[in-house]
Amino acid sequence: MRALVIDDSAVIRTVLTRILTNLGFEVVQAAHGKEALERLRGGPLPAIALVDWNMPEMNGYEFIRNVRATAEWRDLPLMMVTTETEMEQVVKALAAGANEYLMKPFTPEMVEEKLQLLGITGS
Amino acid sequence: MGISAEEFKFVSDFIRAEAAIVLEPGKEYLVETRLGPVAFQQGMGTIHALIAELRTRRNPALVTRVVDALTTNETSFFRDVAPFEHLRKKVFPELIERRRAERKLSIWCAAASSGQEPYSMAMLLRENFPELAGWRVEFLATDISTQVLAKAREGIYSQLEVNRGLPAPLLVKYFKKSGLEWQVDEKLRSLITWKEFNLAQKFYGAIGPFDLIMLRNVMIYFDVPTKRQILGNMRRVLRPDGYLFLGTAETTINVDESFASDTLHTACYRVKAA
Repeated sequence: MRALVIDDSAVIRTVLTRILTNLGFEVVQAAHGKEALERLRGGPLPAIALVDWNMPEMNGYEFIRNVRATAEWRDLPLMMVTTETEMEQVVKALAAGANEYLMKPFTPEMVEEKLQLLGITGS
Repeated sequence: MGISAEEFKFVSDFIRAEAAIVLEPGKEYLVETRLGPVAFQQGMGTIHALIAELRTRRNPALVTRVVDALTTNETSFFRDVAPFEHLRKKVFPELIERRRAERKLSIWCAAASSGQEPYSMAMLLRENFPELAGWRVEFLATDISTQVLAKAREGIYSQLEVNRGLPAPLLVKYFKKSGLEWQVDEKLRSLITWKEFNLAQKFYGAIGPFDLIMLRNVMIYFDVPTKRQILGNMRRVLRPDGYLFLGTAETTINVDESFASDTLHTACYRVKAA
């Protein structure tokens, strides 16, 4: 299974990649929403995309809106992984089409539990 | 400095007498990490001073604090997922069908800890079984620890806690953010009755009968005679066609043979037909 990790922090990308690799995923990375859209266009559809909110070029919220507006990506599971922790932000992300929402900081268990909720496993 | 073998023996005898919980040698680290903060909060400086004070038996409040610290366990919302799926797909539909005439359901979360399990079940019922709105649903949640029960009753959770196992759509629907914390809404909280309860007590008195008992991830702490006594008590307060859930790593096998595993789910048990 393939997972797309989208975050402008190289540290977070590395941490998430390590967690997801341990869960059996093959991980593709992108540093912002625009690059992530290119990854989606260029390769096979991942089983899940984990996306940060605040990023340059295109933020996570805009990325989610773009994905949901594209017919072939409409069912792609999306998880917001962000430092935005206000209720309004969670509501906004879900309304735009995020399937799950994980607040930073997170642990490997939290990532695994959220994936479990979505019924997504790595191998 | 770590605790001595003699201090560890005292603490393990103490917690066995108070809560029938078995602390095997090798769990010294657990005693140290759990009781260290209690010693600090009580202004006793060291864990050695705390243990010395505990020996005097002069301080009942300290006894409660120590029992709390040694029995409180990490948990998460919808822990292990699969038991909740089994509740949603099989157990609740069957119970609702069988109780349709009396329109009454009785549920007991017997090791409720900080409340994630009962609240998960309350959300599951709300989301999937709207027909229960007109029913009498009695929902009892108990734990031995007064400290965690107080927290559970308030329904206030940290960001780290709501990050664990709680689907975001349910966070939005059933919680309110207050400062840095999240609180379960009043409607959901009002469904549950919270009580302090020691599972290792000989007789359970006037509780039940229940249609469903959740006894998850607590039996592992007891020795076999206590497990047997608890399962015997559970059998007496469970309705003959009721369900008992244990933790994923727990079993009734070789403890109480009057239970049989539900065919579709190994941690769900029913009383064997006589």
